[in-house]
Amino acid sequence: MNTLTPVLSAFWDQKDSFTMEGYKRNGGYLALAKALAMDPDKIIEEVKESGLRGRGGAGFPTGMKWGFIPQGDQKDHYLVVNADESEPGTCKDTPLLMANPHVLIEGVIIASYAIRANHAFIYIRGEVTHVVRRVQQAIEDAYSAGLLGKNILGKGFDLELVLHVGAGAYICGEETALLDSLEGFRGQPRLRPPFPAIAGLYARPTVVNNVESIASVPSIIANGAQWFASMGTEKSKGFTLYSLSGHITNPGQFEAPLGITLRELIDMAGGVRAGHKLKFWTPGGSSTPMFTDAHLDVPLDYEGVAAAGSMLGTKALQIFDETTCVVRAVLRWTEFYKHESCGKCTPCREGTWWLVQALKNLENGQGAPEDLEKLLDICDNIMGRSFCALADGAASPIISSLQYFRDEYLEHLKNGGCPFDPAASTIFATAGLR
Amino acid sequence: MSIQEIKNQEITSSQGADSAIEMITIIVDGFEVSVPKGTLVIRAAEKLGIQIPRFCDHPLLDPVGACRQCLVDIEINGRKFPKPQASCTIPVEPGMVVNTQLTSPVAEKAQKGVMELLLINHPLDCPVCDKGGECPLQNQAMSNGGGESRYEGVKRTFEKPINISSQVLLDRERCILCARCTRFSEQIAGDPFITLNERGALQQVGIYEKEPFQSYFSGNTVQICPVGALTGASYRFRARPFDLVSTPSACEHCASGCDMRVDVRRGKTLRRLAGDDSTVNEEWSCDKGRWAFKYEHRDRLTSPLIRNESGELVEASWPEALAHAAHGLSINRAAVLVGGRSTIEDAYGYSKFARIALNTNDIDFRSRTSSDEERNFLAALLLGKSVTYLDIDKADQVILLGFEPEEESPIIFLRIFKQVRKRGLKVSALAPFTSRGNEKLKATVIKNVGNEVEDISKFALTNRSVILVGERLAEVSGALTAALKLAEQSGAKLAWIPRRAGERGALEAGAIGNLLPGARQVADPKARQDIERAWGSGPLPTQTGLSTDQILDALHKGEIEALLVGGVDPGDISASAIDGLRKAFVVSLEIRNSAMSEVADVVLPVAAVVEKSGSFLDWQGRARKFEAAVTNSLHRSDVRILSILADEIGRPINLGTVEKAAKELASFGDGSSDQKSALASLSADQAKIKEPGKNQAILTSWRLLLDNGSLQEHEPNLAGTAHPCVAVISDDRANRLGVVDGDLIKISNSNGEIILPLQIGDIDPRAIWIPRNSENSRPLLALKSATHSLVSVVKA
Ligand SMILES: Cc1cc2nc3c(=O)[nH]c(=O)nc-3n(C[C@H](O)[C@H](O)[C@H](O)COP(=O)(O)O)c2cc1C
Ligand code: SF4
Ligand code: SF4
Ligand code: SF4
Ligand code: FES
Repeated sequence: MNTLTPVLSAFWDQKDSFTMEGYKRNGGYLALAKALAMDPDKIIEEVKESGLRGRGGAGFPTGMKWGFIPQGDQKDHYLVVNADESEPGTCKDTPLLMANPHVLIEGVIIASYAIRANHAFIYIRGEVTHVVRRVQQAIEDAYSAGLLGKNILGKGFDLELVLHVGAGAYICGEETALLDSLEGFRGQPRLRPPFPAIAGLYARPTVVNNVESIASVPSIIANGAQWFASMGTEKSKGFTLYSLSGHITNPGQFEAPLGITLRELIDMAGGVRAGHKLKFWTPGGSSTPMFTDAHLDVPLDYEGVAAAGSMLGTKALQIFDETTCVVRAVLRWTEFYKHESCGKCTPCREGTWWLVQALKNLENGQGAPEDLEKLLDICDNIMGRSFCALADGAASPIISSLQYFRDEYLEHLKNGGCPFDPAASTIFATAGLR
Repeated sequence: MSIQEIKNQEITSSQGADSAIEMITIIVDGFEVSVPKGTLVIRAAEKLGIQIPRFCDHPLLDPVGACRQCLVDIEINGRKFPKPQASCTIPVEPGMVVNTQLTSPVAEKAQKGVMELLLINHPLDCPVCDKGGECPLQNQAMSNGGGESRYEGVKRTFEKPINISSQVLLDRERCILCARCTRFSEQIAGDPFITLNERGALQQVGIYEKEPFQSYFSGNTVQICPVGALTGASYRFRARPFDLVSTPSACEHCASGCDMRVDVRRGKTLRRLAGDDSTVNEEWSCDKGRWAFKYEHRDRLTSPLIRNESGELVEASWPEALAHAAHGLSINRAAVLVGGRSTIEDAYGYSKFARIALNTNDIDFRSRTSSDEERNFLAALLLGKSVTYLDIDKADQVILLGFEPEEESPIIFLRIFKQVRKRGLKVSALAPFTSRGNEKLKATVIKNVGNEVEDISKFALTNRSVILVGERLAEVSGALTAALKLAEQSGAKLAWIPRRAGERGALEAGAIGNLLPGARQVADPKARQDIERAWGSGPLPTQTGLSTDQILDALHKGEIEALLVGGVDPGDISASAIDGLRKAFVVSLEIRNSAMSEVADVVLPVAAVVEKSGSFLDWQGRARKFEAAVTNSLHRSDVRILSILADEIGRPINLGTVEKAAKELASFGDGSSDQKSALASLSADQAKIKEPGKNQAILTSWRLLLDNGSLQEHEPNLAGTAHPCVAVISDDRANRLGVVDGDLIKISNSNGEIILPLQIGDIDPRAIWIPRNSENSRPLLALKSATHSLVSVVKA
């Protein structure tokens, strides 16, 4: 039985958790002092040993990523924090930055020191103005406190930290598109190789990490790799933020060891919306193939979710109860991907355009059962054929929903339209409306 | 510097310039193929004759991997990629096994899928699309597509078309967003005026309204667009490709020497495309070469003309006109001026005609500002090693003297730009101001008008450096000599780049007073004997001939009374040239009615380039041979007319066909090698220019690529992208005059004035620059000077 392990979220309930004072009161910036006394390579080693994996979706080992940065190359290095968080369902970085921006800043300084970067950037989603203001203030406070700028803590390390506000594009969360956007170009993914570790921002060695990944670093330095590795499962170490949203009694962030199950989390969150039962859910945001109530006991770590046919992704657990029409939900997601497709490559650009129309027809009950095969075939022509992973994300909800809810699609065709009452699925609907 | 540039430079420098090429062997569809390291899979497959379908891929552009049409299955040392890969982005690796659509059902399905997706938003208006019949999308949809679309939805539509410049139109709904056009503009031309905008299926090519697609190279985007999204305004809806007869040709406009393809329908050129020659223009051309050809169709002379007793030019029969011309040329002391546009065969005709039919060396192909120093320089140049585009590729630095590559020889510009972008090639220039072209080349511009000779001597070069000398350097006394000395001392390669396509060939053909064909010195008795023997003629005239300026002088003085001219515009030489011509008996070989018709006594119509065969020598000295594209023309090449005229005079030159002329000239070989001593020693003294007074400036000018040139007439779409006609002055001067960008200023001297809007630029503060041959700016005519003289500059 797992229990919550609040680290990043440990003192979010304190009124001034987001201030320098609040952060320091709770032990903030002590890890930094420790880190600056360490050899940078030792920090990379420590992070490697901790088993920390990227929290941005792909789960790439963070220490290994830092180790790819060529050292002694006489070039500028950069650290870029990916705070673009724009995927439907994904909502962990925003509350983290709102409640505790300094843990990210502390992580940034330690990570920059480790990879020998004197410039770091936080690329933040443009729509979240309140978060932007809060992070900006925190950065200013850190400068005032001598934690950023020249000769940090008198240890001879210099770091400039710049907050860059995006203009509202999901694709700018993809790390190379992010770099283009940060350089002032239109955000579209770059051809790889070269990888950012070799030629990233301004063609210089660059580490791009998710907010949560970097924010986890101070606790690893403070408490040691072993402490971190003692949590979680064999290959998925540590704690992480699980974001529960949708038809759930107490939605929100649940910081728990990797490997916890949805059953446990739902319990902690007070159960599915009262009077209803779980129908389907996403393990890691809309881009990850959906699960059903058959997957309640899947361990939510990278391996467990993959073994069950999906991805842990951003651990954005969107809960849908039986009032939700899966066709409708999938169509809304698909509309999102169509809107967010950057347009660079054919399968995604044209495919999402087509998928929306095809799903609209199905939602309206138009078409024949064969159209489901056609839909799957279009997805097959998109999935793994595109330039970046956005398109895979667009195809995933469709393929997985057809896998588990084919009958519901057919029902639409039989019915000549959607058999559901959309009002019943709204959060404000009274129980049992249907 | 963009990321790509930095990356390119780092990659190139890390590879080292001369490292041996490593070969890698891979297997494609079961066949082994060895290719140099770095080769992309798609091109390795091509080597085997396996065509992987593609759209965004272009061998001269950086890969993007955008269209996803070229997906293939790849495994390396037994490890298979989990999904098909874009073969246009992946370099070969040892142990690689590639399965294309021919052997992998997965790749085949992937390609069919992409093709279907590409077509869902495509209008499929092939029957009315210019590209129909030669369209990569149409063709590959047939060869690699699914045959039938399953798409029944709503297609994306756009308002159509939009003008992205006066000459290029964009039909957005046809665009497949391959980014070839945008990459070309940025990577090849350095004119990133078009980009992809918006996102998703609404992504589209666009311009910034305030900065339209003003590029001298925009036509290439039309040519490489794999669909009919980009069309040329003057060709749009004019023809179907299968109605056209295509002929490989060469461009007649400048000395870059572009390979061309001329597409003709019923005797009329409808369009021209850049040909493919990796050692010259690669696959590009400039817009002038592509679009300036309407002159072929308009104001053509169809019959000979004779000036009658009342002074009017009237039509005459060929025998009558030839007899009249022959008479006039043989009873007077005659000279020959050849415009810079003749083919080498025609130039040879003039050269031989002067020596045999007119018994004179008074011939010059330089119908422009020129000098005696230049003539000696050119003779010396022919002794040197020839320089090529490949030398630019390998140069450690390039020096531009009296030469603006983008305006005066655009393909040389592209070649230098390529190396600047790829490996940061160092470029320096001697020029009054930093032009846009030189800005793109990141050139160090030495702006010190009047001090050229000294500045030239200061360059530190090596034997890998390349000095490019423009014809304008002749306008600065001593500068050509200084350039030769610089080359000699440093071992750097030196090339002379005339502006016009015919000059280099005319030089080789001996259409100049000091040289006989094959670079033989007139003054050298042995050289004359060579030629006499070959021609089977009597003794050739021994005296070095007069130059263009001397011939005009002699005309004024009445010492020369007759003149044979071939394609000359007197306004190119000087303001007073036309007066000299008025006094003489003038026989003019021309394709169109021109200023010459005003003074000619006999006008003989000749063939335009499309109607004849021949060759131009480009600046490298490489022959650009072409056949007639319009085969049933009644017009004849100059050399054939000259041969008949010589017969009429009774001193035959026996050059009845272009082939004969070419063969005869080739038989001389290069006679220059052992005559170095015969060269007059050159002196490099520069006449000092007086320092300009308060409201004075030193005039400077050059021709813009697109200007009032007579071969560009009747092409308003092309003219629409000409660089603005402005006078460039320094910040300082503008402040003194109390003027700002766009204000009118007056440039004048005792001969006249020119009024132009001004542009503040990075110019020698003592100088002013104006276009040399643009509307409202023809200094040679208005001011009787084009450069290096003092003019007064005031607010207009
Ligand atoms: C379409 C798309 C959107 C993405 N959006 C985000 C994002 O908003 N935040 C994020 O951290 N990673 C995002 N990623 C993943 C990043 O590309 C990258 O893998 C990640 O930032 C690496 O950080 P990590 O190693 O710390 O996980 C996105 C990827 C794709 C393909
Ligand atoms: S899959 Fe292609 S079109 Fe879609 S976001 Fe990625 S690069 Fe852009
Ligand atoms: S206009 Fe043509 S070349 Fe340019 S992106 Fe579209 S299809 Fe490609
Ligand atoms: S660069 Fe010169 S040769 Fe080439 S197309 Fe232009 S004018 Fe013709
Ligand atoms: S040709 Fe390879 S992706 Fe376009």
